[in-house]
Amino acid sequence: MSEERQIQLEVLRYNPETDLEPRFQTYSVPCVNEWVVLDALNYVKENLDPTLSYRWSCHMAVCGSCGYMINGEPKLGCKAFIHEYGDHIRVEPLAHFPIERDLVTVVEDFITKFSSVKPYLIPKEDKPISAGEFKQTPAQLMKFKQYTLCINCMLCYAACPQYGLVPEFLGPAAISMAHRYNQDSRDGGRDQRQEVIASHEGVWECSFVGACSEVCPKHVDPAGALQQVKVASTIDWYKEHLMPWSKK
Amino acid sequence: MAKSNKPIVWGLFAAGGTVTAFITPVLVLLTLFAAMRFAPSLFTYESIHAFAANWLGKLIIFGVITLSLWHAAHRFRITAFDFGIRADLVVATILYIIAALGTISTFFSLLSIH
Repeated sequence: MSEERQIQLEVLRYNPETDLEPRFQTYSVPCVNEWVVLDALNYVKENLDPTLSYRWSCHMAVCGSCGYMINGEPKLGCKAFIHEYGDHIRVEPLAHFPIERDLVTVVEDFITKFSSVKPYLIPKEDKPISAGEFKQTPAQLMKFKQYTLCINCMLCYAACPQYGLVPEFLGPAAISMAHRYNQDSRDGGRDQRQEVIASHEGVWECSFVGACSEVCPKHVDPAGALQQVKVASTIDWYKEHLMPWSKK
Repeated sequence: MAKSNKPIVWGLFAAGGTVTAFITPVLVLLTLFAAMRFAPSLFTYESIHAFAANWLGKLIIFGVITLSLWHAAHRFRITAFDFGIRADLVVATILYIIAALGTISTFFSLLSIH
């Protein structure tokens, strides 16, 4: 059943140490329709050009390493099937990130922003292990489960025009992950995270374009999370300024 | 990082968005009906005047007009930025002044209707 097709794979090449600027290199790859774009890249690496650099690891949309611009759209290389494309496929590194080499991007900005929202559980009170586990009802879990599915693939950052315009913007994944912990019934760190996400460079740079949710391979819906953060931060603001006595 | 003061305008924007999404289309449709004489008694001067003279009516008219204004101002600000006009402070100031003037004039116009 496997139909073989000759694909022209146009890949952006760039080595900042030797090249003045990025250029495209086209490889002719015999592809099977069941392949994904990552398979085509692996074919190039193994058979045609071992100097091609790109990130990948799991090949099953779990690790979040193989995000590229495929025909101009942020996609996971392991989720973009060859049969969805014509005979010409263009692969570029994720937009809005500096290039380290070929398809490999410099992701420090994302890592710094992601860490700044304290994306981990900050328990309300210290409980000795002997006191048992923190219990949670299915309803409490439902409030944030969707946001736990984020694999940090950064497709949403490549899709977000606002992040492209304003590099200081904290961005979709970091804010949705903060929201994930803020919504967790076991967590008590919301005040600490609000200091970061309710700032001007935080959720308020978002103009609700919604591209993040369209490209998210795990259907996290970051745009929805950001809207919820805006509503909650607005309520906070009115409480803090109009009812200062309500402050904890 | 200091917390942003944007919630003031965003709160009005969000409330205005709800109003313009749910009420404005209905108003447009009703106006269309009235204009095409499907419902001749719908927008008579007397009934609208009576509505605006009533305190609850005043409150509803005030809410619909001013929230729509603040919504439009904020939406226009964001759109201007997206279209490459980066003088955000100037744009925002002008637009919010227009919305504020509209709010004040709506307030006094409604008060003058008895």
